[in-house]
Amino acid sequence: MIALVPLVVLVPLLGAALTLVVGRRPRPQRIIAIGALVIELVIGVVLLIHVDQVAPLVMEVGGWQAPFGIVLVVDRLAALMIVVSAIVLLAVLVFSVGQGLADGDEETPVSIYNPTYLILTTGVMVAFIAGDLFNLYVGFEILLVSSYVLITLGGTESRIRAGVTYVVVSLLSSLLFLASIAMIYGALGTVTIAQIAQRIDELPVDVQILLHVMLLVAFGIKAAVFPLSFWLPDSYPTAPAPVTAAFAGLLTKIGVYAIIRVETVIFPGPELNPALMVLALLTMVVGALGAVAQADIKRILSFTLVSHIGYMILGVALGTVEGTAAAIFYIVHHIVVQTTLFLAAGLIEREAGSTSITRIGGLLASAPVVAALFFIPALNLGGIPPFSGFLGKLGLFQAAAQQGDALAYALIGAGALVSLLTLYALVRVWNLAFWRAADAVEGDESRLLRSVEEAPLSTSTVSGARTTPRLMTLSTAGMVAVGVALTVFAGPVYGVASRAGENLDGPGAYIQMVFPLSSEGGELE
Amino acid sequence: MTVSLVLIVIMSAMYACAVYMLLERSLTRVLLGFLLAGNATNLLILIMVGEAGIAPIFDESIEPAEYTDPLPQALILTAIVITFAVSAFLLALIYRSWRLANADDFSDDADDLALREGAVVIEAEETLPEASTTDFPLEREEPR
Repeated sequence: MIALVPLVVLVPLLGAALTLVVGRRPRPQRIIAIGALVIELVIGVVLLIHVDQVAPLVMEVGGWQAPFGIVLVVDRLAALMIVVSAIVLLAVLVFSVGQGLADGDEETPVSIYNPTYLILTTGVMVAFIAGDLFNLYVGFEILLVSSYVLITLGGTESRIRAGVTYVVVSLLSSLLFLASIAMIYGALGTVTIAQIAQRIDELPVDVQILLHVMLLVAFGIKAAVFPLSFWLPDSYPTAPAPVTAAFAGLLTKIGVYAIIRVETVIFPGPELNPALMVLALLTMVVGALGAVAQADIKRILSFTLVSHIGYMILGVALGTVEGTAAAIFYIVHHIVVQTTLFLAAGLIEREAGSTSITRIGGLLASAPVVAALFFIPALNLGGIPPFSGFLGKLGLFQAAAQQGDALAYALIGAGALVSLLTLYALVRVWNLAFWRAADAVEGDESRLLRSVEEAPLSTSTVSGARTTPRLMTLSTAGMVAVGVALTVFAGPVYGVASRAGENLDGPGAYIQMVFPLSSEGGELE
Repeated sequence: MTVSLVLIVIMSAMYACAVYMLLERSLTRVLLGFLLAGNATNLLILIMVGEAGIAPIFDESIEPAEYTDPLPQALILTAIVITFAVSAFLLALIYRSWRLANADDFSDDADDLALREGAVVIEAEETLPEASTTDFPLEREEPR
């Protein structure tokens, strides 16, 4: 069973190498890429079942013991994230294969796309199972460098412009992360997360807070927490639709994942929790208000992405087992539903030739399947019962109500408001793009358009409808089905999330996992 | 832990210059700023070694405390490789940006400008960058 742990990283990496070897032959490339992700998903599911039922897996790479060698740690949280990521990455890959087949690949040079996508997968997986901070840094770098390539794919002017913002901001956050690793090493003499957790109490409180804040800023940029979220709505919408879908679903959540590790294992103390709660509130509200003002569906979705990061940060900031569990469930829900919505936006773009809600209409009549595929995840994201979005928010609000102070209740209120604003933004898309008759688009004076500022250039040019390949619709339908399944099987999934949250109640369990021989808190020399 | 003051002063100066360069509009200067910041961070890792000792090659007659800590050097090596790869990518990005717009500076976002101006449509201007803010020749190259 332990042999599966390195395979999580090796399978996509070898897949990337193989896709490069077959070079410009698209067919074998697609087969290898999809095969690698299917294997990845199977490994993920096996790992999740094993880790949940039996015991967490800790792999000492090269046989070197924990503080001296590198450890790969798969606990419930990591295994759950691996499974969800593999599902999402697979669906997005199938979607892009469908799109590539239909477009003849002028837009996306296929010989680069598949290897880069698999290397992105590798980076994501490294980040999930890294047992030391430096390995986490390397995982982040792998996924970021491949994301730089994917976001500027094709090298058009708008993508280069958006790519520069994304690249420079990501570089800064990486440097900040590296500098905090250097300082943690200087202060504690280790980069292994478990050993940092053992030794952190020996530091003076002010040094602890300094290191804590540095890590949070570095991860906060990646997770797009307000006020470090400005780059996201600027850079995501211009990338190709499947790339945006994968990024929106996964990359920010890896930042949140790292924040969970920091808050539960490395710095479990409550010093910064109130500050995090205020940031969560601002992230939710500012993101939702941004979404209301946008006219382009991709930009609306980018802003709802930012806003819903706030919910996850809220769960983490509570610092309780229930809060962490709810945040984990919300991450799972949000990865699935946000990716689905971006894929649906990709379908809308093909059907209508534009993603600007001021220019398209009548899609309910012309593309009823796309309408259904947009409507279900939109209600889910808006938090309509009985969908998983409602269950996730309910869990978060219950955890916050247990805390019971004024700030927690303010967050519950803001959370409910933001969920309504999200619903408003998405239902408006529904009304204008789907419900409105196609011939009513010209000169529409609808009230719904009043708060919208039309973007003059960018992505909103109507390029004429193209036929949608069945593969694209199928993969989006698959993701919608996963979202619905998450609602139907919310009990078991929430159970895993709760047990993962219990594992993360203070650093004890994590230390025990990596250093099974030493007593809790004992120093292993 | 004893650290060298000289290294700290050099590191701070590099960080200061890096921040200045990163805030420029010219992408070439942003790249230089990133390189400076990357190397300043490497220097920060090196400073965390503390007092330098002898080369960490195992010898039974030498006390463990006399060796230099080798781990930060391994970390720096990894960081250098990553910085190198990213700089290569950034250079390609800058070149592409220059070929497309004949300017290596960071252009304003049309959507941002529109919001600021109250959604007035702004024509894309074809202007040459000022000589003081670019590191590329100003003659427009005919696209091939």
